[in-house]
Amino acid sequence: MTRAFTPKIVTANALLEGDVIYLTADDRWSRNLSEAELIDDEAVAQLRLLDAERQGGVVGAYLADAIAGSRGPKPAHFREAFRAKGPSNYAHGKQEDRKHV
Amino acid sequence: MYDYNDFDEQFVRERVAQFRGQVERRIDGSLTEDEFRPLRLMNGLYLQLHAYMLRVAIPYGTLTGARMRQLAMIADRWDKGYGHFTTRQNIQFNWPELRDVPEILEALADVGMHAIQTSGNTIRNVTADHFAGAAADEIEDPRPVAELLRQWSTDHPEFQFLPRKFKIAITGAPRDRAVTRAHDIGLRMIVRDGEPGFEVVVGGGLGRTPMVGQVVRDFLPKADLLPYVEAVVSVYNLLGRRDNKYKARIKITVHENGIDRIRELVEARFEQIRPMFGGADQQLLAQLEQSFSAPDFLRKSTDAYYSARNADPVFRSWADTNLAEHRDPDYAIVSISLKAHGATPGDATSDQMRVMADLAERFGHNELRISHEQNVILPHVHKADIPAVHAALKSSGLGTANIGLISDIIACPGMDYCALATARSIPVAQEIATRFEELNLEHEIGPMKIKISGCINACGHHHVGHIGILGLDRAGVENYQITLGGDGTEDTVIGERAGPGFAYDEIVNAVERIVRAYLSLRSDASETFLMAYRRLGAQPFKDALYPKEDEADAA
Repeated sequence: MTRAFTPKIVTANALLEGDVIYLTADDRWSRNLSEAELIDDEAVAQLRLLDAERQGGVVGAYLADAIAGSRGPKPAHFREAFRAKGPSNYAHGKQEDRKHV
Repeated sequence: MYDYNDFDEQFVRERVAQFRGQVERRIDGSLTEDEFRPLRLMNGLYLQLHAYMLRVAIPYGTLTGARMRQLAMIADRWDKGYGHFTTRQNIQFNWPELRDVPEILEALADVGMHAIQTSGNTIRNVTADHFAGAAADEIEDPRPVAELLRQWSTDHPEFQFLPRKFKIAITGAPRDRAVTRAHDIGLRMIVRDGEPGFEVVVGGGLGRTPMVGQVVRDFLPKADLLPYVEAVVSVYNLLGRRDNKYKARIKITVHENGIDRIRELVEARFEQIRPMFGGADQQLLAQLEQSFSAPDFLRKSTDAYYSARNADPVFRSWADTNLAEHRDPDYAIVSISLKAHGATPGDATSDQMRVMADLAERFGHNELRISHEQNVILPHVHKADIPAVHAALKSSGLGTANIGLISDIIACPGMDYCALATARSIPVAQEIATRFEELNLEHEIGPMKIKISGCINACGHHHVGHIGILGLDRAGVENYQITLGGDGTEDTVIGERAGPGFAYDEIVNAVERIVRAYLSLRSDASETFLMAYRRLGAQPFKDALYPKEDEADAA
């Protein structure tokens, strides 16, 4: 029996700011994990990663495990949770952005 | 203090101009990330979890007021109003944007600073005793030699692509405050037959394979230092393993070949290259010694210091922990704690940097130091001025009286910033400091070094912590391993792993159990944790860490 495929998202850092970004289903890069495209097919995930790597303005794209949530994908691992949220010692990064929204 | 000459100035400006072009070409797409990455790393620019990080070298940890003020300006203008001082006496800015980095480097060049060789497989920033030039126990100020090494290693064509990064630490005192035995080369000044020279240690390092450095030359005359260090690096450059990143540091080269073989090769290479130095290095060193000559120490009454001690218990408590003995009895060395309870170890706001710059200029002969323990030092303060310095520090959140105590914790940035980290370290440090503040036990516990790393690379020096904490990822959950009995002084000891790790919400309780065991086991208050550990061994502390079921229930 083959192991079940863990759904993936494509994530990277923005070239100019370094901020964490996620590939959306309509080929944009979003700053919010909830807007990421959740890919549940391994072959599609690899293709989407290839698409992402060809784009400019993006650094270090990779596939990260994620799980479906009621408001879009959620991180499967704590590292991705920190990337999605920002550092825990200051309300900087994405937390800061959220304060302004 | 060394100031750039025309050659340094031109070299640094050229590098900034080159990097400006490289950033432009990266942004317009002419350079791929694979092409750009080595270029940005050569200039200290990393890409971390949430943003870029610029690591700026503070050579041998020495700053002037003007340089500190410029770091504050950079923090305000291009970052988020703070900087993070590291265990390698560097400062890191956690939020620069790529487009701004050439401007930041230009601003650094304006005050004779740069970020060159703060990354990559090169000779990194040479670190030194943070009490250099001031300590009572010092033989000689090691910084002229450190500056000589900086000039020699910067852009050295032979050593830009070493098997792995290479770190040199130097101390001019027999008491080792620079962790020299955990460096690729450690230089410890000693005197033989009235002549100052160095004990040369190689192959120390922490990381996934911690090793205490071994003596390759027990006494090296000062005049032979540069050719000898070059011989060591050159032997390593040929012999070091480029096939496996994890076996590429010189500690593995020394381990695999044995110190005798390394010594043989180094001595042979040294004999070969020594004549080529022709005395130019010694002429330069003589000039450098001039620029590091001691300040003109003031002569005035020290009464104000002693009356403040008598009148103000808060001042006295701070003075007892944060002052160290100066070579001039009218002076003291002031350690400014960047470890306020609950704050991020090593972080200073731009306002705090300006306060420290002002104090250095007004009361400290314009000198500041960064310690590897992530604090800031005013190395030369006349005792009469110490009450004023303390008052200014206290009103800026810099008056914490905890140097060398349990809340004076080294912590790497960990998973809050670092892309390599496997767990967080900063919040663990914050919570330990807060816990012992609440328990009001800190001063009773006495000297205690807790050091925390968020991954096996050990930037937080956990192996040499009296209590070391290593954060790991165990099956997708943060898990913290404890080591006990480490020591980073001249008697360097790698701590011993206590046993299974602890979950994030258990680690602070675990540390408290060790500390409570120590308090109940020590012979009296003069027996420090490390002394008690050496007397009793690990077992009683392990028993406290891992209580058996029935004891746990009873507790």
